[in-house]
Amino acid sequence: MKFGIVVFPGSNCDKDVQTAARAVGHDADFIWHTDTSVDGFDCLVLPGGFSYGDYLRTAAIARFSPVMEPVARYAASGRPVIGICNGFQVLLEAGLLPGAMLRNTSCKFVCKPQRIRVESTRTPFTRKFRQGQVITLPIAHGDGNYYIDGETLEQMERGGRVVFRYCDESGEPTPESNPNGSLNNIAGICNNAGNVLGMMPHPERAAEGILGGADGRLLLESVAQWVQGGGKIG
Amino acid sequence: MKYVADIVVTLKRSILDPQGDAVRSALKSMGYTGVQDVRIGKRIEVRLEAADEAECRQTVDEMCAKLLANTVMETYDFSIREAPRE
Repeated sequence: MKFGIVVFPGSNCDKDVQTAARAVGHDADFIWHTDTSVDGFDCLVLPGGFSYGDYLRTAAIARFSPVMEPVARYAASGRPVIGICNGFQVLLEAGLLPGAMLRNTSCKFVCKPQRIRVESTRTPFTRKFRQGQVITLPIAHGDGNYYIDGETLEQMERGGRVVFRYCDESGEPTPESNPNGSLNNIAGICNNAGNVLGMMPHPERAAEGILGGADGRLLLESVAQWVQGGGKIG
Repeated sequence: MKYVADIVVTLKRSILDPQGDAVRSALKSMGYTGVQDVRIGKRIEVRLEAADEAECRQTVDEMCAKLLANTVMETYDFSIREAPRE
């Protein structure tokens, strides 16, 4: 199992993803933003950071990187793609996931451990979690306020495409436990087919107990298990 | 012909603008009690060459839709003028 980590100028979680992938016993290598092929990888990860300085808008410029065309083809072929934090924003800007990110309602950069509820275990990325499981992952972002029009939001909710939700210790997605103002406390979503995941929390920063938590491991182990099992959605 | 496009990108009316809200309450606390609403956006100036104004307008519109604005959450408007001779 080999993860491919897309590196944009300004990415800063690329090495963390590699370390986390290795911690769960898999290989991971980097793909530079000017590369025009993503062949040879079993799962792509767009890591966090500040691609192109986040100039103009978060991820606005990154989505026009040459590598994004093969990434879109890879996603269209049904293979797994994960966007974390800035990587999630890139997937939104590229139209691989619906919606957009607004400035946090607090206007502050939030950086803290955050409780998250697993809303769907039917995705390749969450199959090893329990439905409704409350996990803790670090968040670190200034623009994580997920927005989408009401009609699409309803479709996504009905279709089980909300994968993670910010919640309190009892698993309730309360307004107080919403760190950024995201609609419906949304922390992560997937596309219709289920093979493209975007999430603001950082699973790679919680992949070893020594880092204060290992809840993120299950995400990488889930997708690895899915790939090794032949990669069928459902 | 050389043109200058003045582009303004703002959040859609229907979307909460936390920065605008913060500035509105600052203005109010400074005593500007008449302030009703503040919306914050971006002004982008692009200098470009085009055959004529119509072509320039079309190019700028395309740039806005593709890159300069995210139409999921933002709207844009622009004006075009001939660049002053240097």
